[in-house]
Amino acid sequence: MADQPAIRVLIAKVGLDGHDRGVKIVARCLRDAGMDVIYTGLHKTPEDVVRAAVDEDVDVLGISLLSGAHMTIFPRVIALLEEAGASDIMLVGGGVMPDEDATALRAMGVAELLLQDTPPDAIVAAIRRLVAERGPR
Amino acid sequence: MTVQASGPVPSRRLVDGVLAGDRRALARLISRAEAGEEECRPALADIHRHTGRAHIVGVTGVPGSGKSTLVRACASAMRAVGRTLGVVAVDPSSPFSGGAILGDRIRMGALAGDPGVFIRSMASRGALGGLAHAALDAVDLMDAAGFDTVLIETVGVGQDEVDIVRAADTTVVVSAPGLGDDIQAIKAGVLEIADIHVVSKSDRPDANRTFAELKQMLLLAQVPPERHIPVVATSAESGEGIDALLAEIDSHSSFLASDGRLARRRRRNAAARAVKIAEEMVRRRYAAGDSTAMAAIVDRMCARELDPHGAARALLATLDEVAP
Repeated sequence: MADQPAIRVLIAKVGLDGHDRGVKIVARCLRDAGMDVIYTGLHKTPEDVVRAAVDEDVDVLGISLLSGAHMTIFPRVIALLEEAGASDIMLVGGGVMPDEDATALRAMGVAELLLQDTPPDAIVAAIRRLVAERGPR
Repeated sequence: MTVQASGPVPSRRLVDGVLAGDRRALARLISRAEAGEEECRPALADIHRHTGRAHIVGVTGVPGSGKSTLVRACASAMRAVGRTLGVVAVDPSSPFSGGAILGDRIRMGALAGDPGVFIRSMASRGALGGLAHAALDAVDLMDAAGFDTVLIETVGVGQDEVDIVRAADTTVVVSAPGLGDDIQAIKAGVLEIADIHVVSKSDRPDANRTFAELKQMLLLAQVPPERHIPVVATSAESGEGIDALLAEIDSHSSFLASDGRLARRRRRNAAARAVKIAEEMVRRRYAAGDSTAMAAIVDRMCARELDPHGAARALLATLDEVAP
């Protein structure tokens, strides 16, 4: 039963942000692309999602933010992943943010930012590419 | 321990981490078991030697009966008395894409941040019976990592997915009010496997009826069970019944501890597990085997030269020619 292991993605909403329609659609798209998608629900802390990402041993941690708190939350998540020795878990952001923030976040170590108007196929392709580039672990 | 991004760490080197309770090592070995890689088998064999300490509790029931919510409530209550626990939560895979949405964590609330709890979501990946192929490997790993209790939450089952009873020390079957009449309660299957029955959502007005029907069903048993099977009404909303359920789980655990019952149950479970793995191995050998030999047998069956059982015997005979 050595199946091709499914790509595991944890999708989280962090902080005071109740908008989860987009994230549910993304979860569904990734499922339909054959991935195992763990959805945590709303209002999680960075500590919660990093703990969950480690225990679930996901390839990708996807955080959806529509609250404008991205410049606070992403650096915190990066720090916590490092603290947990889990920097091999790739952090992907989704939501709405200014281009200069996206550039800054990439420089900090966010692997990919998939912002508004990203087509579902592009999200699937980006995650597959990240996992392929990382290689087996 | 840090799992290096540069090249995979050999599985056997993760074993000591698991035994020391390292979460990353534990999480990674569960992933390897799930991927079914041969590379991790010796490591899992090492792990297996360190199992048998945890009390394994299975929670099953129809979709939407409140399994995840109940698991959370039980887990919180167990944490409150200082017990650590692992949770293996199985959700279904899509039969079309193979993907899955694993949503059991949504109900886990504050537990997700508690270091005394390790929650792992697992996709069923086409396994029948309510569990995933690697669910019991994950249970072994959590047991070896030192968690006191391991809760297995099955996929939402229908009437006949009863694998959990061959995996758990104690099986809890959750029924929600309003899902069937008293005929449902006398049908064979899932309802028969319970060591403990739970009627969830007991704050709902029709819960009493479900409670009474289950009680009635248990009274009608022609062969009296070895132990009285309790029915516990719970409401995760109000917290009602959760302590009673925990007491029943403990009481069942004590019952098993007497007269060698636990050893007998685990022996039965071990046999079921070995047979299940052997079946899977046979399946894989067919997949890897000589397809022309198989095609010839199928042709003969289609031509009515062989009956289905004869064809199966012929297929089994071809297995000996395939390397294991």
